[in-house]
Amino acid sequence: MSKCEYLLMQGISKSYDGTQALRGVTFSADLGEVHALVGENGAGKSTLIKILSGAVRHDTGQILLEGKPVSLDSPLHAHRAGIRAVYQEFSLVPHLSVTENILLGQMPRRRFHWWVDWAAAHRQAQAILDELGFTGIDVRTPVSQLSVSYQQMVEIAKAVAGRPRILILDEPSAVLSQEELKRLFALMKQLKAASTLILYISHRLNEVFEVADRITVLKDGEIVGTVRPQDTDEGQLIRMMVGRTLGEFYPKREAKIGGEVLAVRGLSREGAFTDITFSLAHGEILGLFGLVGSGRTQVARSIFGAEPPDAGEIRLEGKLVRLRSPREALQAGIALLTEDRKRDGLVLSCSIRDNISLATLPQVTRWGFLDIGRMDARVQRQVQDLAIRPPQINRLVRQLSGGNQQKVALAKWLLTQAKVLILDEPTRGVDVATKVDIYRIMSDLADQGMGILLISSELPEILGMSDRVLVMREGRLVGEFSRAQASEERLLACAAGLLQ
Amino acid sequence: MNVTLSVQISQRLFARLRRRWADYGFMAAFVILILIAASFSDVFFTQRNISNLFRQIVTNGLISLGMLTVILTGGIDLSVGSIVALSAILSSGLQQQVPLPLAILAALMAGGLVGIVNGVLVARFRLAPFIVTLATLGAVRGVVYVYSETPQTPTDPAFRAILGGFIGPVPVAAAIMLICFPLVWVFLNRMAAGRAIVAIGGNQEAVRLAGIDVSRHIILAYVISGFFSATAGILLAARLGIAQPSVGAGYELDAIAACVIGGAVLGGGGGGAIGTFGGVFTLGLIDNLLNMFNVQTYYQQILKGLIILFAVLARRKEQ
Ligand SMILES: Nc1ncnc2c1ncn2[C@@H]1O[C@H](COP(=O)(O)OP(=O)(O)OP(=O)(O)O)[C@@H](O)[C@H]1O
Ligand SMILES: [Mg+2]
Repeated sequence: MSKCEYLLMQGISKSYDGTQALRGVTFSADLGEVHALVGENGAGKSTLIKILSGAVRHDTGQILLEGKPVSLDSPLHAHRAGIRAVYQEFSLVPHLSVTENILLGQMPRRRFHWWVDWAAAHRQAQAILDELGFTGIDVRTPVSQLSVSYQQMVEIAKAVAGRPRILILDEPSAVLSQEELKRLFALMKQLKAASTLILYISHRLNEVFEVADRITVLKDGEIVGTVRPQDTDEGQLIRMMVGRTLGEFYPKREAKIGGEVLAVRGLSREGAFTDITFSLAHGEILGLFGLVGSGRTQVARSIFGAEPPDAGEIRLEGKLVRLRSPREALQAGIALLTEDRKRDGLVLSCSIRDNISLATLPQVTRWGFLDIGRMDARVQRQVQDLAIRPPQINRLVRQLSGGNQQKVALAKWLLTQAKVLILDEPTRGVDVATKVDIYRIMSDLADQGMGILLISSELPEILGMSDRVLVMREGRLVGEFSRAQASEERLLACAAGLLQ
Repeated sequence: MNVTLSVQISQRLFARLRRRWADYGFMAAFVILILIAASFSDVFFTQRNISNLFRQIVTNGLISLGMLTVILTGGIDLSVGSIVALSAILSSGLQQQVPLPLAILAALMAGGLVGIVNGVLVARFRLAPFIVTLATLGAVRGVVYVYSETPQTPTDPAFRAILGGFIGPVPVAAAIMLICFPLVWVFLNRMAAGRAIVAIGGNQEAVRLAGIDVSRHIILAYVISGFFSATAGILLAARLGIAQPSVGAGYELDAIAACVIGGAVLGGGGGGAIGTFGGVFTLGLIDNLLNMFNVQTYYQQILKGLIILFAVLARRKEQ
């Protein structure tokens, strides 16, 4: 059976100076299927697909297409073999136009192949976007001016523009809204019908069950097994991924709701959001739901002083505060885990230790000197609590897998011991086991009296963890639901403006 | 969605306004400078002075084009001044032994060769451009002195007559430089290699993953820079009628200044030939005016430093 499959990766091993990312993996997949890859953070999923797309070289093993060995030593080789990838990390050139990004490396040329045919390029890029149903993007805009979800669509368009036989999507859904996700799934179905092989990586198991024809589970650089979605269920899949049964998925405890810790009244910022009023109590987890672009992140940034509001007031434990910078917000006791860890959450070129301790250096400073021992102990504890892997605090954050980077970003804010913790998409790109860990930590923090504002596009997460849910739409608060009232349908309808 | 869109649009407008503010600032400064010149000095608008002004900006104009290409890849080329000296002294010295065209060709190739060395060290060996070109700045200057410790005088009369001469009122060297700007513009905007260079400065990894040979394009950028610097050196020798081994020291600063004034972002991610021309011209105009009013060169340097700081400040990346 596996003999005649289109793609065969045989005995693939790869180590990154010291870390064995893949150990003799043999993996096969066929044209016309959506093959999902799942596994914990750091299991080696991204490494495996990067080897296939020529971005990374493997140490041992071989890759066969249609039974013939091929060498995919560079992205160019992989492109020629019909392999395209949308990577977990963005690979766009920010100051260039949508057109140029989509057609990067394959711009239409004239005369001797030297000259770029701009008119044709814009036409082609537009045609690709139209074909994919990604409307509302002007192909001449620099991609840096697009929102994250539009950027993701440009990434997808870029990969599809190469008319690949094998299309790799590494966690494409993390930054897409429901609407856009639906469009992506429709596109995948179309490509599948045109006998393309799609490799799909995601931590959201419901998605995987929805789109995949087969699911391969990776753990610690090895393949645990390949299953068909109809032969399994989420519980079994999770057992394969983490090697044990997870307890309760949303370890939400009965909240001991105390006095008001944060009160926001009439907060507005030109062009971002209008008249936001809500309050948050000690010990409460307040969910903030909305579609991508509804202004949730902007509200969080304003409360955190990153972009001060034009109007309105913020009270902390009853005291009026004016926060003009993140520094002031931190001193007042507000912390924010930002949604885009690469852009404003982490210093990728620094170590785990440096990143985790960055926001709390004054706390471990004596007479102007850092108390390295104390600092390391604190960092070590976070690394253990969050199961950051590998647990070596000297390792550069750049070398961590995506999910582990997210944990590092979270750990930094957990150390600040803030009164109010704003979490903007805290589990994006995080595996199931760690998700549960993060939820447990959230519950613990709430138990200790912290007020938590949870921003998320994942409905189950909002529903599972919040005591109360606010819904935002087009920069305004349009709904408030108690834990009992909130349901998936209600929140979605409210966020889409179908419910008052 | 409406909000995102309006946020995007207002951000876009803001970015554009901000960019324009800096551009308008420089354009206004430019016009004011010319007005000052015209009203306070009766020699400024003479044909002689204008043609002089153009002859003076030839060197910086050509070097800046190469510098721009390198800056676009996210690098920097500090060796340009030494390459100017190398090609000036080679073209002047060699024409005593070989025919003029051969001497010129050798000088150009020498510039290109230094570019290849810079490019290979940066692209293939992944060394920092700043360090690599600082090293070649020193090494090439050494080579110049090894070749000749004393100034070389061009012997072929055609050299000065043609390359240092005029077509009507237009200096030949200025004409060459003026042709190079549109050529570089076309290269950067209409040719595949040029677009790759522009993209590399924005996100090198993205370019690599798109199946483009990054090293080759980085090397090309440094070769272009070496080539333009060499051209500048030849034309300088032809204009002055002598090639000092010490010529060209500090030229990299003027070139970087011209690029930055013209909108280039150090580290890659913005800049172009038109803006750079504006930068070259503005700097040339300032020199010309200050000379006309007999301001000491020290003050000129202070002023230039301030202008660079202002330009960088006005164009710093948002956030
Ligand atoms: N550039 C690198 N340098 C060093 N180690 C790396 C590098 N990239 C990945 N690793 C390591 O290789 C292992 C596998 O990483 P990989 O990115 O493939 O995981 P993943 O399954 O994609 O995880 P995630 O779900 O978090 O994205 C991890 O232990 C990671 O730390
Ligand atoms: Mg990954």
